[in-house]
Amino acid sequence: MSEREIAGKTVRFAEDGFMADPAEWDKGVAEALASEIGIAPLTEQHWKVIEFCRSDFAAQGDAPTLRRIMKVGGVPTKELYKLFPKGPAKKVAYVAGLKKPSGCI
Amino acid sequence: MKKLLILGAGTAGTMVANKLSHVLSRDEWQITIVDQNETHYYQPGFLFMPFGIYGENDVIKPKRDFIPPGVEMIMSEIELVEPAENRVRIAKDNRYLYYDFLIIATGTHPRPEETPGLNDKEWRESIHDFYTYEGAKALAKKLRTWEGGRLVLSVLELPYKCPVAPLEFIFLADWFFHERGIRDKVELTLATPLPGAFTKPRAASLLGDTLDNKNVHLVPEFYPEQVDPDNKVIVAYDEREIPYDLLVVVPVNMGAEVIGRSGLGNEMNYVPVDKHNFLSTQYDNIFALGDAANLPTSKAGSVAHFAAEVFVENFLRYIEGQPMTAQFDGHANCFIESGFGKGILIDFNYDVEPLPGKYPLPGVGPFSLLQESEMNHWGKMMFRWMYWNILLKGKEMPVTAHMSMAGKWN
Repeated sequence: MSEREIAGKTVRFAEDGFMADPAEWDKGVAEALASEIGIAPLTEQHWKVIEFCRSDFAAQGDAPTLRRIMKVGGVPTKELYKLFPKGPAKKVAYVAGLKKPSGCI
Repeated sequence: MKKLLILGAGTAGTMVANKLSHVLSRDEWQITIVDQNETHYYQPGFLFMPFGIYGENDVIKPKRDFIPPGVEMIMSEIELVEPAENRVRIAKDNRYLYYDFLIIATGTHPRPEETPGLNDKEWRESIHDFYTYEGAKALAKKLRTWEGGRLVLSVLELPYKCPVAPLEFIFLADWFFHERGIRDKVELTLATPLPGAFTKPRAASLLGDTLDNKNVHLVPEFYPEQVDPDNKVIVAYDEREIPYDLLVVVPVNMGAEVIGRSGLGNEMNYVPVDKHNFLSTQYDNIFALGDAANLPTSKAGSVAHFAAEVFVENFLRYIEGQPMTAQFDGHANCFIESGFGKGILIDFNYDVEPLPGKYPLPGVGPFSLLQESEMNHWGKMMFRWMYWNILLKGKEMPVTAHMSMAGKWN
């Protein structure tokens, strides 16, 4: 666990670099985290995905998979790769303040 | 009479039918199991068929041979589960089967049609799978005369059955082509959506080294969108491409369609359950076992086996109105066939990654964890006999359901 100043707030991070508590997240934090990983500015399409992932996480307790974002959230996987290039499931979870997707097999 | 209905007579369903038929009173309980196919496949054996190690007769037996007397077996497609009515509609005679408790064990199935270009004109020509009986047979025929080139194994989606099978396939392919004297004419590539050879770090590192030693090219984080069968390339969502001469895929896996139709599944038709006791999160008289459940662990027979033991203990309490105190820990173990008569064994659970050590007897073995040995290979070969004769029949195995740290080191 570590703490960092993000967008004027103190935010806690788990060892894997993902936020420790989704409740410490706000839109300012999202913008700062996104620009850290080279995604700026956040467009309406980005926000749509981020908001779906946050509400799905609140209901399911897990960051959604790409297939879930496609089938339930209605965002095609190809588009996700354009919005959050190289590893969109992980990147969107990072920006949305969620824990690292389990990626279990 | 109380009615217990089990959907699916695969590994999980058969084991549980056997175990419960021994402990539930026949005067009080009627157990019924429904399945649409007569044949029970020893699915771990599919891996060996392409290389001629197992033949067709090694992997099939009639399902009925494993259903105990006193359990009613119905061969039929399952049309719909109606949880609000506590009943299941089956195709045979359009019957309704009513239940007090329902166990869903309908498994997970390869769905090649989910990937564009796959299930097309080149399917079973230059594109193959080994997760079905027909697929393993077709690939065996192909490999007997294949003269070499680029063999690419691509995992198309997570989760899939038996997470180590793609690695084993590649290890066995390396051995097979050595034996045929054409290894120098074959380029082996393993492409996976995972960040490495396996999810858990210690095993990923060992297995990654093993791939290196066998001169296998690993392409991590490769999430395929489609196959272009004319130009023989597989294309990822991030637009990377891998050319092949022979493509072997682990298709998208999904739970049974009846689960989706009945509103019992998530987007992959897996039933959401409590990961420690398998009770549906929606209905308090429905459980899901084995691959049909959305457990955050491997989809594998070993998980179903350990889970079945915990389930039976809990179920006997649950029907008496007592709390379910046994907690499934996500225990899985598997022999990984590594070629040239050797194997690796891994043992892990939800929280503890595979570690080195000895299994099942601490310090003694006879199996070595997280390292290659000939004994581990014999364990894998012996396992087929154990599966048919002990495991499916619900008899006691000489290993514990919960993972043990004894005999392991960090």
